[in-house]
Amino acid sequence: MALLQISEPGMSTAPHQHRLAVGIDLGTTNSLVATVRSGLSVVLDDEAGHSLLPSVVRYHADCSVDVGYAALSAQNLDPHNTIVSVKRFMGRGLVDIEDISSLPYRFVDAPGMVQLKTVAGVKSPVEVSAEILKVLRQRAEAAMGGELLGAVITVPAYFDDAQRQATKDAAQLAGINVLRLLNEPTAAAIAYGLDNASEGVYAVYDLGGGTFDISILRLSKGVFEVLSTNGDSALGGDDFDQRVFCWMLEQGRFSPLSAGDARLLLTKARDAKEALTEHTEVRVTAVLSTGEMMDATLTQAEFNAMTASLVSKTLAPTRKALRDAGLMASEVKGVVMVGGSTRTPCVRQAVADFFKQTPLTNLDPDKVVALGAAMQADVLAGNRVGDDWLLLDVIPLSLGLETMGGLTEKVIPRNTTIPTARAQDFTTFKDGQTAMSVHVLQGERELASDCRSLARFELRGIPPMVAGAARIRVTFQVDADGLLSVAAREQSSGVEASVQVKPSYGLGDEDITRMLKDAFTHAKDDMYARALNEQIVDAQGLIAATRAAMAEDGALLNETETAAIETSITALEKLMAGPDHQAIKRGIEALNAVTTEFAQRRMDQNVRRAMAGQKLETFG
Amino acid sequence: MERQPCVSPLTPNASPVMDFTQTHFELFGLPATYMLDRAKLDAAYRELQNTVHPDRFASQPEAEQRVAMQWATQVNEAYQTLRHPVNRGVYLLKLQGIDALDANNTKMAPAFLMQQMEWREAIDDVRAGKSMDVLDALSDDLHAAHRRIEAQLAELIDTAHDYAGASEAVRQLRFMDKLIAEVGDVYEELES
Repeated sequence: MALLQISEPGMSTAPHQHRLAVGIDLGTTNSLVATVRSGLSVVLDDEAGHSLLPSVVRYHADCSVDVGYAALSAQNLDPHNTIVSVKRFMGRGLVDIEDISSLPYRFVDAPGMVQLKTVAGVKSPVEVSAEILKVLRQRAEAAMGGELLGAVITVPAYFDDAQRQATKDAAQLAGINVLRLLNEPTAAAIAYGLDNASEGVYAVYDLGGGTFDISILRLSKGVFEVLSTNGDSALGGDDFDQRVFCWMLEQGRFSPLSAGDARLLLTKARDAKEALTEHTEVRVTAVLSTGEMMDATLTQAEFNAMTASLVSKTLAPTRKALRDAGLMASEVKGVVMVGGSTRTPCVRQAVADFFKQTPLTNLDPDKVVALGAAMQADVLAGNRVGDDWLLLDVIPLSLGLETMGGLTEKVIPRNTTIPTARAQDFTTFKDGQTAMSVHVLQGERELASDCRSLARFELRGIPPMVAGAARIRVTFQVDADGLLSVAAREQSSGVEASVQVKPSYGLGDEDITRMLKDAFTHAKDDMYARALNEQIVDAQGLIAATRAAMAEDGALLNETETAAIETSITALEKLMAGPDHQAIKRGIEALNAVTTEFAQRRMDQNVRRAMAGQKLETFG
Repeated sequence: MERQPCVSPLTPNASPVMDFTQTHFELFGLPATYMLDRAKLDAAYRELQNTVHPDRFASQPEAEQRVAMQWATQVNEAYQTLRHPVNRGVYLLKLQGIDALDANNTKMAPAFLMQQMEWREAIDDVRAGKSMDVLDALSDDLHAAHRRIEAQLAELIDTAHDYAGASEAVRQLRFMDKLIAEVGDVYEELES
């Protein structure tokens, strides 16, 4: 696409080594893993030829687990220990979960995230999700014949930080290096856009098992620019099942249900919903463990009526996303349908009516997200020469601070393209105030208590001054992974405090370490050997990349600078021969530090070349 | 330990972190005028992000990734500033040494203030009357007025070089943005 191709440094580290990277769609109902083979994205099947792995985990008393179809078939027999739709509980407290009474689980209200009591002990949703991820990782490593470098894991665009962090924790627990958390609609857009060589504004309507997302993107010359995103992280196909379930209760007039019978009826409800995608009516029958029976017919018209409010609940976020993008529905060139729930005819009809066009359904709505994630994983693993496409994503929810009176002050508004950084000046409220509490929030609401709390930290040692005299600059920085760092600095004294935001809802590092210890029986020596090996690989990569950069752009360095870099390389090579992984890490940091200025100059040169190309393109 | 009182904001808007050595216009190779060739801006933005975005340096040493992150942040900031009608005006005036949003600088034509009050009343009326058609019409009016002020602003900055007048026009545009945002809220209320 570009007139002038910047020589791609991505090739310099290991030119012929294909790094094994996958895309994982960790869904509410089903999960998938995909990878890029010979330039094509493909979903990896299990030995039985199944692409989908049902996101169901069953715990046994001996602590063994079943994941997928085996667990799915046991859900009516063993409802307390068979966890379905665990994604709905990720990063959520008990108060966040609706229709809790109709779920067969024994919830434990833990601080931050709800937990589930099973025959194998109390499990966090993070641990349950990790079981699913482990199976996908094994599937990928078996299919690809090697250890994974890493994975891009998709999350609903409207997931907040707590839900994202919980997903990352689950991956870590499953031994997966997360290259990036990618928004599901964005992943779908990549797969669709690259497949169809599309240009223009597209909407991605993603109604999954438990979540709804809408994203508006502009596709132009290989750049996928997310303009806005919105959604509801607690709305999906499960809610449609719930409506049918309620209808069945009315029809059957049952006595209070056992957990197994409730699960049986929910399964029947989902079967009925799926049958109605093809047929205008369906006969629904069930025999409960009590001997009670039901036998009734559900028509598509009745189904549409009972779920109409759910369908219209998706349109409000859709309108909001369009407004945020500054666009009318008529300016959208195509609407890509994603998620199994978009097979429901009344959903398709509502979307068609809203956008006044037939939605695009030519890619399998169950697979498109994993396919797109695999493409992004391929880029982030450095397998591509990086000439063909680029993704520019946004933050889904505003980030801000709590101010006087418990109000929210937005610092970075929602739908800001990342990476981004913003600063705002604040002052003290009382005479002689020497400390300030910084409370970082996520959400759109006016009251801090209505937003999600991401972090709190204190800036101490402010020199005593009259109220309003101190100048405290608070800086928010969100990197390309969507990770937020916040720093506060008092301008006159220079006192500073900062935090890398890890939401209080996620698990602490200690929890993860404990779970890792529980899960693995790695001897200490193994862990040590692994750490040493990782550092040596990193160091080798860094040295190769630095040498390649010097060969290419050595002219940007003077003799002293070249000598300094050479010295650091020699020092690092010496450390690599030794047994101390911490020392190697410090050597890597030292080499990174000494090459920072060089990196800056190389980038300046790239930008000058790119803009020279731009001008030629503009005037040529 | 008792928590200290919370922070209170000093400035009305968050400001960019990066200190630019070149202007946003220079960065994108565009003339420093209010009138903007949007297609050229968009093309230059995509080209620059294609060059500097951290994803291009995913397998590179940390130093290169960090530089890429700083550059991509800068390019995003510059693009958001130039793309947005109010921010572009504020920025151009800042290049002239004028703070258009200075708290002491609140001069506003009485006719505009009157008009603004009328619009506010109209918004309240729609809230009470709940008519989507009336809201659509009001929204169209506000957007038309927004475009008119943008045209005036281009004339004031690019041709007349009347920066005091331009400051006032920028403030008017900011009022319009707030009204349009409020209309968005009313849409949400009526839709839910």
